[in-house]
Amino acid sequence: MFESLSDRLNETFGRLSRKGRLTEADVDEAMREVRRALLEADVNFKVVKDFVAAVRVRAVGQDVLRSLTPAQTAIGIVNEELVNVLGAEREELRAPERPPQILMLVGLQGSGKTTHAAKLAIHLRKGGRNPLLVAADVYRPAAINQLQALGKQVNVPVYEEGTSKSPVDIAANALRFARERGHNPVIVDTAGRLQIDERLMQELVDIRDRIAPTEILLVADAMTGQEAVGVAEAFHRRLDVSGLILTKMDGDARGGAALSIRAVTGVPIKFIGTGEKLDALEPFYPERLAGRILGMGDVLSLIERAQEQTDEGEAQRLQDRMLKGQFNLEDFLDQLQKIKKMGPLTQLLDMIPGLGGQLRQAKAQISDDDYKQVEAIIFSMTPQERRRPELIGNRRRKRIARGSGTSPAQVNQLLSQFREMQKMMSQMGKMAKKGKLPANMPFDF
Amino acid sequence: MVLGRLFRRRSQPDAQLEQGLEKTRRGVFLEITRLFDRSTIDEELYEDLEMLLIQADVGWDVSQKLVAELRARVARDRSTVPAEAREILREEMISLLELATRNRKVKILQRGVPFVVMVVGVNGVGKTTTIAKLAAYHQRFGRSVMLAAGDTFRAAAIDQLKVWGERQGVPVIAHHQGADPGAVVFDAMQAAHARGADVLIVDTAGRLQTKHNLMAELSKLRKIMQRHVEDAPQEVLLVIDATTGQNGLVQAKAFADSVDITDIMIAKLDGTAKGGIAFSVAKELGTPISYVGTGERATDLAEFKPETYVDSLFFGVGDGL
Repeated sequence: MFESLSDRLNETFGRLSRKGRLTEADVDEAMREVRRALLEADVNFKVVKDFVAAVRVRAVGQDVLRSLTPAQTAIGIVNEELVNVLGAEREELRAPERPPQILMLVGLQGSGKTTHAAKLAIHLRKGGRNPLLVAADVYRPAAINQLQALGKQVNVPVYEEGTSKSPVDIAANALRFARERGHNPVIVDTAGRLQIDERLMQELVDIRDRIAPTEILLVADAMTGQEAVGVAEAFHRRLDVSGLILTKMDGDARGGAALSIRAVTGVPIKFIGTGEKLDALEPFYPERLAGRILGMGDVLSLIERAQEQTDEGEAQRLQDRMLKGQFNLEDFLDQLQKIKKMGPLTQLLDMIPGLGGQLRQAKAQISDDDYKQVEAIIFSMTPQERRRPELIGNRRRKRIARGSGTSPAQVNQLLSQFREMQKMMSQMGKMAKKGKLPANMPFDF
Repeated sequence: MVLGRLFRRRSQPDAQLEQGLEKTRRGVFLEITRLFDRSTIDEELYEDLEMLLIQADVGWDVSQKLVAELRARVARDRSTVPAEAREILREEMISLLELATRNRKVKILQRGVPFVVMVVGVNGVGKTTTIAKLAAYHQRFGRSVMLAAGDTFRAAAIDQLKVWGERQGVPVIAHHQGADPGAVVFDAMQAAHARGADVLIVDTAGRLQTKHNLMAELSKLRKIMQRHVEDAPQEVLLVIDATTGQNGLVQAKAFADSVDITDIMIAKLDGTAKGGIAFSVAKELGTPISYVGTGERATDLAEFKPETYVDSLFFGVGDGL
């Protein structure tokens, strides 16, 4: 949907460098592209302004004007500055002065507080600790049931007192309960609220004053637009937020909101939520988010999607078969279907970084229908033919073409491509035996 | 490093926020009004306007176009009075949003055939609350309503819908968590027929548009509905959170591609967000925006009207949504 910033800068500098020496005015034109890219990624407009000004100073002062590859140099600077603002060092959760560690989750409605309370519980339990979840959302219908169900799922106790008590008392009682039973950490799920709802914001202040949490974590949706800053500032001003959890990062939002919040409040991003499964909580890596804001592809997400579709044992078996030259059309079909499950081809291609202009054009011609044709041809073969494609002679070829609605030539094309592939694989197998390849070659596709 | 220091301005909690709040809520339109409160139309006005539109999540592209259109019309009309420019902008914004109402179809409820509404959207946009509002909306017209708890994934989503069902006095067809949503829909269709419900509203689990398999599941639900009622679901409502940035358009496109949404609802307009994404959605998709959500109560639903939307969110006139 959006062109990546590197494409645009390549285009801009490509056009400018044809006229000879680059000038400061040329850099300004490039900076307009930077500005646009950041705004399209939902970075707050004020943050964009300061950011672009700082990048410009470096770009003019540095080598962009003299560089043979000004676009790359400019991208490099933007990327470095993004990582700087996002926080180059990873910040862990604070340790309490005395246990238990108390984590209080706050945020707007629908940002993912309840789900992330459960995710945090699992994450922190890994160190052999004994967490307690606290249901302090007495407003949203069935919010307590939701936390209870999640607690049951992950086998973590949930403290609740129904919906008739005040959340402040519930939190205080929960803390007493945790101290008696030796629970640590204590994770308090509060109701979602608008930052302009004075009564409910005061309630959070009261909870904080009663339980003195070790961390107040603002849970924010990665898809949030320009208001992310207003929301975060308001929560921070009232509560002195200590960390940010950025949720729904498994979508395709650019996530500029995170940059804005970090830049304006200085609150570090401590975790990102990457899926609906309860183990989908990851530490935050500024480089990944920087690349994503700039639309520079996302190889890691691509790998993750591939991993979702394969399990390790199966991948190992497949790799062995390939290296021994036993890879047949059945395996091929199986792989094809896995790739299909990862999403539309065009979307997968978008995740590959550095996909330049020409490839982008080729992309327009690639369609998911290509899968279908190959599939149809293989489906029209007997199981025996799939395992031993060399059986396929003239008559069988005609039958397969008829069955799949293709021509014998198309069937032939697939078969010869497949033979090439097999040859390559068995060569690799031989190399592996001679020790030229590592024995455990990772195989994803 | 310079930037890191520049931005790390840690503000201390401050009890003086109250006065600020009203200002935040009214920020953008006060500024838009103030923008035209000057003696001449100058370059600064256009630049500031573009920033204000972007601040409202209208997006880079649409903001550019709106400003360019305003420039062109101001030049053509040889207008020099800022108040006139203000009116031109208002008209342009309204006519852009009208792209999202002109395709609106009149929906006809047939006696004995349930009118099926499938509610879809990404996680956390407020689907379940929206369903309660839709139920109340149809009840106001004297229609009998039934709900189907098709979100069998999220913990306690079924309970949440049941609570609303009880409050509204509306039956809820539900299985257990983890059940096949297809089976829930099948039962709900049968129940709606048997009990002669006028309207059946189907909740679905929140899904990010990048989850290919989950998007495909929605077409499956549609097929199951069509076994009972040929043109069901007569309404496929995509709920978009007003707080969403430019990803809102990506969402709308993806859902339009895989489930043929018929209507869009912009939810959570009671916050400080200006719901500027409605403009790109209107411009790029043309799918009717039909409703807006303005609060947490079942009655906080209004029909989408371009004029009201623009006036109350951007120009601060009218008595709100």
